[in-house]
Amino acid sequence: MDPVFLDNSLWRNIYCNLAGDSAGCAAREYSAGMLPTGMEWLAFALAAAAIIGLFVNGVLGGVIVLIWGERRLFGRFQTRTGPNRWGPFGLLTPVADAIKTMFKEDVVPKDADRILFNLAPVMIAAPALLVFSVIPFGVGTYVADLNVGVLFIMAITSLTTLAVLTAAWSSGNRIAILSAFRSVALLISYEIPMALALVGVIMLAGSMSLGQIIGAQSIPFILVQPLAVFVFFIAAMAEMARAPFDLTEAESELAAGYLNDYASMKFGIFFLAEFMAEISTSAIITVLFLSGWRGWEPVPSHLWFGAKLILVLFVIIWFRMTLPRLRIDQVLKLAWKGLFELTLINIIVTAVLIAIWPEPTTTRLWIMAAVNWPVAIISIWAVSKLLGTSGYDDTEPDSDAPVYPVATEQIPGSAVHISGVTGPDTQARMSSPANSHIEQGGN
Amino acid sequence: MAIKTQPVTVNLGPQHPSTHGVFRLRVMFDGEEIVDVEPVFGYLHRGSEKLAEERTYTQIVTLTDRMDYVSPMLNNQAYMLAVEKLAGIEPTQRGVWLRMIAAELQRIASHLVATGFLLQDLGALGTPLIYAMRERENILDLFEMLCGARITNSYLRPGGVFMDAPTGFWLALDRELVDIVNTLDELEEYLSGNEIVFSRTKGTAVLAPELLINASITGPMLRASGVDWDLRHRNPYDYYDRIEFKRILHTASDNYARYWVRVQEARESVNIIRQCVAQIEPGPVRPSFDDVPRLIRPPKGDAYVAIEGSKGELGFYLVSDGGIAPYRMHVRAPSLINLTLLRDMLIGGLFGDLFVSFGSVDLNMGEVDR
Repeated sequence: MDPVFLDNSLWRNIYCNLAGDSAGCAAREYSAGMLPTGMEWLAFALAAAAIIGLFVNGVLGGVIVLIWGERRLFGRFQTRTGPNRWGPFGLLTPVADAIKTMFKEDVVPKDADRILFNLAPVMIAAPALLVFSVIPFGVGTYVADLNVGVLFIMAITSLTTLAVLTAAWSSGNRIAILSAFRSVALLISYEIPMALALVGVIMLAGSMSLGQIIGAQSIPFILVQPLAVFVFFIAAMAEMARAPFDLTEAESELAAGYLNDYASMKFGIFFLAEFMAEISTSAIITVLFLSGWRGWEPVPSHLWFGAKLILVLFVIIWFRMTLPRLRIDQVLKLAWKGLFELTLINIIVTAVLIAIWPEPTTTRLWIMAAVNWPVAIISIWAVSKLLGTSGYDDTEPDSDAPVYPVATEQIPGSAVHISGVTGPDTQARMSSPANSHIEQGGN
Repeated sequence: MAIKTQPVTVNLGPQHPSTHGVFRLRVMFDGEEIVDVEPVFGYLHRGSEKLAEERTYTQIVTLTDRMDYVSPMLNNQAYMLAVEKLAGIEPTQRGVWLRMIAAELQRIASHLVATGFLLQDLGALGTPLIYAMRERENILDLFEMLCGARITNSYLRPGGVFMDAPTGFWLALDRELVDIVNTLDELEEYLSGNEIVFSRTKGTAVLAPELLINASITGPMLRASGVDWDLRHRNPYDYYDRIEFKRILHTASDNYARYWVRVQEARESVNIIRQCVAQIEPGPVRPSFDDVPRLIRPPKGDAYVAIEGSKGELGFYLVSDGGIAPYRMHVRAPSLINLTLLRDMLIGGLFGDLFVSFGSVDLNMGEVDR
């Protein structure tokens, strides 16, 4: 085996510490490994196990904290306290939830395709975890720094929709299938602006490797690529189907959609995958636009990364709490008529700027930022004007607008006549033949 | 090559989070588009109208609480007006003012619930709903001061109310009226400044005023189409003829207009309550038992009284055979009659708008099924 591609990853550190210089790690400090020569396969396996254990448990731990944090924030947004009973500040509430979920009855509908039905949770959890393999959480804390990292992320995140489709189809549930249709429509529409939004970043960094993109960010790309951030953020929200694009789950329409027939831990895995996607999306935004783990000494890089990650997560939760859901046609319109054009504008402007100043230094990046911000504001304004609400603009009706005419005088005895307590109609009603049996009514 | 497609019938409800109770819709979808809708209801039928035939006139008040459980005070009011008309009871002044205050508070509470749930149906995950419900809770606190109950009030009695308001009520009411206006401002800011709400609600489920009139639809739904029909103004009951208030009209007759009319009406209700508080005078809250005995035996006859309920024309029709219980009671439930145009509203629309349009009717299953 040739571990050269591993670069300076966490994986390589563990592997080389175990295997020693004989395994091709001689470049620097790994003179003697912990394991004897010839045991590279064991080192390989141990390192892999360690990484898997570390990342899976780390991510799941992050999900637990995120669930707690999101619910606490929901509470604050909704003038409630949120969970605060179980453990300090309610921190153990997600643990209690997980235990409860595990002990629920695992129901499989009669009409379900059992194999696919059971496979779908695996299919959604695997890519959600896999994304974390390329994300650098700090200096040297990553599994692999692929030279096509961005492409890898785009490819892996799209797999989620396949899992949703599988889950919906195998459930044999019509509401679930409607939800899957929406999921596919969202994927097809938003994958394009999402990918195109990253082109600007890739052009600036000159690489698809996440490590090199962080390296290129002498100032965070959020300053240099405002349009790309705007589009990528919205597209990412749509990709992971978070409010205001939660069309696939749509509590008030589809009632959880493709999750309808899932119970017990299968549902739990979908739930976890959703939160994993939230973390991974925030991490990707952090890496691509907020300069990842870069920060100022002596604060460790991991803390910088964590702080930025939490900031992005907060914004996502904030959006979710505040905005109503868009309709499917509006969502697709936004992608094709709005975000797509914005990404093209961004690509053109960035390409021109790079043609003028190749090899972007910090000063040149600042100049690009100065050009890009007005472009972003004007183009977003223009697109919002083009896509904005049609029909009447006023929130209040026109006072001169014709009001439907209604007879101002009451007509005694008519069918639509309304009896008041002391209305003049009582006599009319009493004297009419139909009501002749009335001896006394009204005062 | 054309893809062969076929419409799919989906059953929504009765166990569905957005059907405002136990309502069932059999919807035929062509993709996202609604081809056909068949409403199925009756899951909450408790036979209130039949039960009324076995109860005395005062006992029936408790049944009316449970009809439209979002606006029990208004149900009480409509029922009591019918009883008073049937039995020829002259209500006391203070009793009438108190029940008008209670009714208008209830109207605000009901409109808050309607608006909050409309936003919930739009997919705003609970936040605006909870803002609206929080204010409703405060109104329910006032009801608790008035009659000890929050939902099942049974506050009204023939000729007035059963208990005078405690002294602390008036101060609490003053404070609450300010809070209500603030909450309405907050809700309106949320809606009127939100592009998503605009694009979701404007121009959806538009109904022509002629259609609404022919389907005998009343209440905010009718006024949102520009028809100036408010029973408080058209045929004043209680002391509404002594009150100056603005009639709220919108001309768009879409989901947004229906929401807008409700919020503005809630504002106007605050004005009405202020006027009631200014005009109320000390006195008995209900006639003495010499005038109106505990057990009323109205003379033979029938009476129908309709009031402007929170959802539309809320009418009670009572037939007396001279006994202690009505021979027959019928309720003109606005929730049920406002559902008449459901097909016109929904067919041709998208799934996403289904529950928004449905919610804009502001129906209450307790009232639909009774």
